[in-house]
Amino acid sequence: MTALVIRGGHLIDPAAGVDAQKDILLQDGHVAEIAGPGKLKGANGAEALDATGLVVAPGLIDMHVHLREPGQTHKETIATGTAAAAVGGFTAVAAMPNTTPVNDSAETTRWMQAPERGGVVRVFPIAAATRGSKGEAINDYAALKAAGAAAVSDDGHPILKEGVMREALAAAARVGLSIIQHAEDTRMTQTNGTSASMNLGTVSFKLGLRGMAAEAESAIVERDIRLVMELREQRPHLHVAHVSTAATLNAVRQARRNGLRVTCEVAPHHFLLTEEHVGCYDTNAKMNPPLRAAADRDAMIEGILDGVVDAIATDHAPHAIHEKEVEFDRAPNGILGLETALGLSLHWLHAEWKMPLGRVLSLLSAQPAAVLGLKGRGTLAVGSFADVVVFDPKTEWVYRAAESKSKSRNSPFDGWTMQGKVWWTISEGRIAYRAQN
Amino acid sequence: MNSTIVRRKHATPPVPASPFPYNPGSLLSVMDLSLEGVSRLLARATELDQMDPLVRNRILAKRKVALLFYESSTRTRTSFELAAKALGADTALISSLSSSIEKGETLKDTGLTLRSLGAEAIILRHNASGAAWLLERETRLPVLNAGDGMHEHPTQGLLDLRTILAHLRPGIATVDAETLKGVTVAIVGDILHSRVARSNLLLLPRLGAQVVLCGPKELLPDLAAEAGPGVTVERDFETALGQSQVAMMLRIQAERLAGMQIDLGGYTASYQLTSARLAKFAPKAVVLHPGPIIRGLELTAEVADGPQSAILEQVKNGVAIRMAVVERALTAAEQGGRA
Repeated sequence: MTALVIRGGHLIDPAAGVDAQKDILLQDGHVAEIAGPGKLKGANGAEALDATGLVVAPGLIDMHVHLREPGQTHKETIATGTAAAAVGGFTAVAAMPNTTPVNDSAETTRWMQAPERGGVVRVFPIAAATRGSKGEAINDYAALKAAGAAAVSDDGHPILKEGVMREALAAAARVGLSIIQHAEDTRMTQTNGTSASMNLGTVSFKLGLRGMAAEAESAIVERDIRLVMELREQRPHLHVAHVSTAATLNAVRQARRNGLRVTCEVAPHHFLLTEEHVGCYDTNAKMNPPLRAAADRDAMIEGILDGVVDAIATDHAPHAIHEKEVEFDRAPNGILGLETALGLSLHWLHAEWKMPLGRVLSLLSAQPAAVLGLKGRGTLAVGSFADVVVFDPKTEWVYRAAESKSKSRNSPFDGWTMQGKVWWTISEGRIAYRAQN
Repeated sequence: MNSTIVRRKHATPPVPASPFPYNPGSLLSVMDLSLEGVSRLLARATELDQMDPLVRNRILAKRKVALLFYESSTRTRTSFELAAKALGADTALISSLSSSIEKGETLKDTGLTLRSLGAEAIILRHNASGAAWLLERETRLPVLNAGDGMHEHPTQGLLDLRTILAHLRPGIATVDAETLKGVTVAIVGDILHSRVARSNLLLLPRLGAQVVLCGPKELLPDLAAEAGPGVTVERDFETALGQSQVAMMLRIQAERLAGMQIDLGGYTASYQLTSARLAKFAPKAVVLHPGPIIRGLELTAEVADGPQSAILEQVKNGVAIRMAVVERALTAAEQGGRA
């Protein structure tokens, strides 16, 4: 395999404690050598990338995406979804199992990782926690893990039954997997098969839309934390997906103080937007969990800055244009996220809210790698996978959903100013994305 | 230590201004109208109402108006149709049960089809909140919202206003921010599911009225009090009635309850407008109801047929208001501005 040298860049590798001018040699898909500028020993003959003035960092890891394959390829495929990931600086994505069929088997888990899928960055399937994600019978976690599943989840649906959740946490702990919970008490958010379509509050009242109470999220998280507490001898790992409410974040914070293994992620739309962004029934502002009240959004910002949030994850959820061009309460939930996460995080978390660059990058790489237990990723220490993003942290640009590499266009961030232009995304030593100029 | 979280003030992304309405002839929400616009519509409704029918029917002669109805309707549909025809327009009625909507055609495609058929404005009744906004964005035609789900019913708000003014402010020609100062309007019953309530609670306070929402918690959440200025919540019907000059009674919308159980016996005991309640607490109040009325539930037959009832006047006013609104829809663009 060919070698690649990145020269002249500023290496920021929070996990390794590096924040300095370094050259880096990638060989055979791994980091072979790191040295001061011009000091690499084994770089002879390698293709060189000039990263002068640019940041070189571990490739970003999105631990929550929907790649829609198998079965929903009109929305996205593994090829198009990973192409969008590479544009956004991501070198690994964890793909949720709500495909058609649901990924609840070792076969599908392997199929998603096969080279024939055309993924340009690494795909880590998250397998279903229960058969068909129906929340009844738990799957064979040992077999799923052996097939490459990075975690288990019924994302899109909660594991509602307490007995099933308890069993799932214990079974996952036995094989060293985390349970990722989509925390939504659907007994509060759905009535007779009619699902609420936005946050419950004054805005939903004014718009005449059925609302999802914030408590529908925190109630499940509080229950799950109680189960983790009861099972603590077995060291279960609960990861709370797409946290959107202040109460949920407080519950996670408390659980951590109690020494429990409870982690969580927040999506950019939940730390940037509020229910007001639904505006006049903008279906690109419809997702589950919904955009919440300003106080909840502010709590997400606080939680990221104070460290209780472990990861920024996009919940990238492509839907075809025609599926979103419908009445608000009939539109599917979800928005794109892969191409905008870094640009939004640098613009808002780093530039606007003064979070150090290394911490922002850690939330997008080292920390999700740790949550998922991905060995050799989220860092560029010698011997790690050669997953690298090279970007200019200063350049501003405007996101155009119409130009997305995703098959879909459903982004509320269309036309928004982003910060940080990705020049190269390198996945296991291969250039997965290269900026045009 | 942990309980004292320091509140940092973070600059956050602004909420963009609404691009609606795209078409100056549209009436999606009562908030699309300035008070001057409301005045113009009220004045024009009176003019059109009093005009020689043979003169009136030349105003929109042979113009094409589509009525697109996804929900059943008696008053709104008929009065819009009569209003458009009274101005000479051709109307086409498309209802969800006898059209390609049954075959799965989307609102967008139905709207584009009507536009291609020559419709110059679409009057839309739809069971999804926000449907009128979707239709307007996709067709860019003047869209008249004839009721969208649980959201708004702006022409109902206007005809209710016309009725209220006729009783409480007879003879006034224009309205302003003080026209209804000192007037309290009680809106009673199933507020949660009511588009009539939302249009009224947005419109009436802009003219100085107080709106008192009244009903049980299941049908009137506490947060309704935050729906706008001049709006309060009062759970006790008799207290609400006692302070009101107008009592607007609403039907329980069984079709939108989505599994909610309402104890009808308890409801009528607490919230039914009876002759006795009316005589005791609001002997002079005007009784309104957007219809359809359910006699014996939200109000008794005696009240519906009684001297304080203006329910049939509302229906009549609906035709006048809708003539003015349909005319505006087809002429606003020519006049180069929004009303």
